[in-house]
Formats: sequence, structure tokens, C-alpha cells
Amino acid sequence: MSIAPFGAALDSVAVHYPTSWRMTQQGTVARETGGTALDGATCTFPAGAITGLLGRNGAGKTTMIGLLAGFRRPTSGTVRVGPEGYERDPWENPAIVSGVQVVRESGDVMPDEKVGVTLRHYGAVRPEWDADYAERLLDLFEVDTRKNPASLSRGKRSALGATIGLASRAPLTIFDEVYLGMDAPTRYAFYDELLKDYAEHPRTIILSSHLVGETERLFEHVVVVDRGRVLLAEPAEDMRARGTSLTGNATAVDHLAAGHRLLHRQELGPTVMVTVEGSLAEQEAAEAADSGVQVGSVPLQDLFVHLTSTTAQKESER
Amino acid sequence: MFDGPEPIYVQIATWIRAQVLSGELGEEEQVMSTTQFATTFRINPATAAKAFSGLVEEGVLYKRRGLGMFVAPGARQKLLADHRKRYFEEVLDPALTQADILDIPVADIVDYVLGRTPRSGGGAATKEK
Repeated sequence: MSIAPFGAALDSVAVHYPTSWRMTQQGTVARETGGTALDGATCTFPAGAITGLLGRNGAGKTTMIGLLAGFRRPTSGTVRVGPEGYERDPWENPAIVSGVQVVRESGDVMPDEKVGVTLRHYGAVRPEWDADYAERLLDLFEVDTRKNPASLSRGKRSALGATIGLASRAPLTIFDEVYLGMDAPTRYAFYDELLKDYAEHPRTIILSSHLVGETERLFEHVVVVDRGRVLLAEPAEDMRARGTSLTGNATAVDHLAAGHRLLHRQELGPTVMVTVEGSLAEQEAAEAADSGVQVGSVPLQDLFVHLTSTTAQKESER
Repeated sequence: MFDGPEPIYVQIATWIRAQVLSGELGEEEQVMSTTQFATTFRINPATAAKAFSGLVEEGVLYKRRGLGMFVAPGARQKLLADHRKRYFEEVLDPALTQADILDIPVADIVDYVLGRTPRSGGGAATKEK
């Protein structure tokens, strides 16, 4: 019997870290400046979908994940996680958090014990744990189970994390930048396994990343966070339709681009390539075809860069 | 694969239609499952499913419970009729407009068309016999 996929929602969530003092190993006191990690974030992570949680470094992705997993409480606002229709506050709620598996790059493993000990731990705490599948994955990723996680390379530790995430089959599985340490073949093997296992065992998956290029086609839904705010939360198809690239003769391109907000402009001699917000109307598309302007899609990666860098500009203008 | 300007599910549908048209996918033949599609092309299974449900609505594919998606009987004929209608509007018209721009006389185009040996004797039409 498997548990229904969990949905998750944040409603006007703010997280402020207070300024604190910390004792260093040298015995001196260090001041840790607090700050605002999330500032009125509202978004949902639909049950049963693969959602890309995108944001630049320090945007608030990891804080958001911590909230969903019940690692911390928000300063204000509400967090709800659970099967559709039964979403609850995950804080100190064992029924919810036993169904949430977070995989962080730091790795939630027992560093000084053999890999097998960590796996047995997850087998005990995750009701849906599949030990055979974990073994197959470790074999695939070539992780030596007789070693301690501490003595594994960064890439192999990431692969161990990925294995824990997949084999736990948790109704909400969150991968927080796990694949950063992996080499390209291992990353692709991970994406393939993720898609295959997700298709066979539907559940909710959140992949956080700032490396959008490789992963964008895995997403059904995307949430983009920037400076503690949710910039957008929508189906990936909608986000793709937010931008159009136009390439061709400068006059023709600029004429077409005039009615749209310009995100990016690049000149290549007499040819220009622009990225504009939104998609072209039927009439504009016909005009583009007549004047030999090539209309293309914009990779999510580029849209993400444009969207997050324009908000950065706006902030500095204030 | 599937990195054109249209949404990915539209591109998948176009690709399957093309396969049915060319005869690569025969009628009553099974189509890749959404899972196979997802893992082969590294796309979200929901995206593939969206393409499939559109094709079911069009009558190109049909679902056999517990077995998967199959090419519907008569799908190729239907697509042929549809694409033939659109050929003049979408393919030939722009080509002739381009010929106008280049000042190519109509007689030259007619000569070219008449002198051109049809590929494998009229394409797929002979295949049906």
C-alpha cells in the first residue's frame, strides 16, 4: 500500500533570522548578522508533480525546503503539507514528516559508519523504503557500500544522497541541489532513474537548482524565488511561453519587439537577437515570417536569468 | 529533439503524426508508453501524457485499457486528408511568394514541377497496394 502524494503550500510566509552571537572554537565571540530569508512567500507545490524550485544563491530555496520538511517554523504565515485535502502544519507532526524526505548536498548520513548503516536507518524511518531498489541504485552509481560516507568522494556522496531520495519513495521527496557534485554521466543516470521511478510510483518531487538547463524538461511545474519572494509559481509550459526570441534584420526585429517588454538584446553585425516578454500574436507571427525574422523559444535557463536579473536591477533603482 | 519554439507537448504530437503519416507507425501498432517516452527523451511524463491525450481527442490514437496507446484505424487516411488540405496553404503558398520575390517566371516553376521525377513513384501511395 502506498501513501497518496503530498501537496505543499506556503501562505504569506516570512522567515527572519535574528542577529546572534556564537562562540568560536578559539573562545572568541562572533556576531552572526540575521536577515530576511523569506519575505511574504506564497506558492503551492502541486501533489503528484515534479516541481522545479529555482532561484539564485541566497534566494531562499533552502529555507523554503526547511519549512516544508518541518526543520524550522516560519516567523509569520502558514505552511501546509500533506495528502490533498489533508494538508497540515508539518512542524512536530510525525504523520507528515515521516512522508517528507529531504536530500541535501551536505548529506544526511552517518559519516563515520559504513554506508549500509545509513541505509538501514532510512529503512527504519521511511515506511515506503525499497531496500532492493537502493542496492540496485548504489550499484548503478558505483558507490562502495563497505566505505564510510566520509571517505567517499563528493560525487559518490551526492549519488548516495540521490539513492536515499529515490529509494525512500516518500510522498514528498525534495532534492536540494544534490546533483551538483555528480559528474555528467551520473547526473543523466540520476535523471533517468528519477523519471522512471516517478512514472512507476507517482509522488511529489521538488528539485531545487540554479542549474536550470539540464533539468528544465523534467519539470511539470516551476516556482521561482528571488530575494525571499516568489517571482512566479506556474506550470512549466506557462513559464516557457513568457519569452520569445526574435532573430533577424535589425529594423524588422526592433519593429516587432516594440510592442513587448525587452528582456535582452544582442547585436551580431546587421543581425540582432532579442528576447521579449510574452509570445507573439498571430498577426505578429505572420509579420515575422514575411520579414524573415526567426521566432524561437527561450530556454528556461535564459528566462530565469533575465527574470531574476531584472528584479535585481529594479531593487537597486529604488 | 523537441527543442523548437512550440510547447514540448505540441512537438511530441507533431512527431507522432509525422510517424503515422510516413507509415513508420502502422495502424493498430502500439505507441511508446509515457514512461518510455519520458525516459527516452528525458521529459516529464505528464508532458508526454498531454501530447497523447490530444492525439486521442483527434482520433489519431486510442487507448486500450491496461495495454497502452495504439494508432487508431483510419488515422493515416485522416491525417493525409488534413495535411493535403494544408499543404497548399502552408507549404506551396509561401514557396510561390518567395518565387515572386525572386522574379522566377511561372513557366520555369511549371517546367521544374513537370520535369521532376516523383520520389519512389508517388511516395506512400504505392506502399498501400
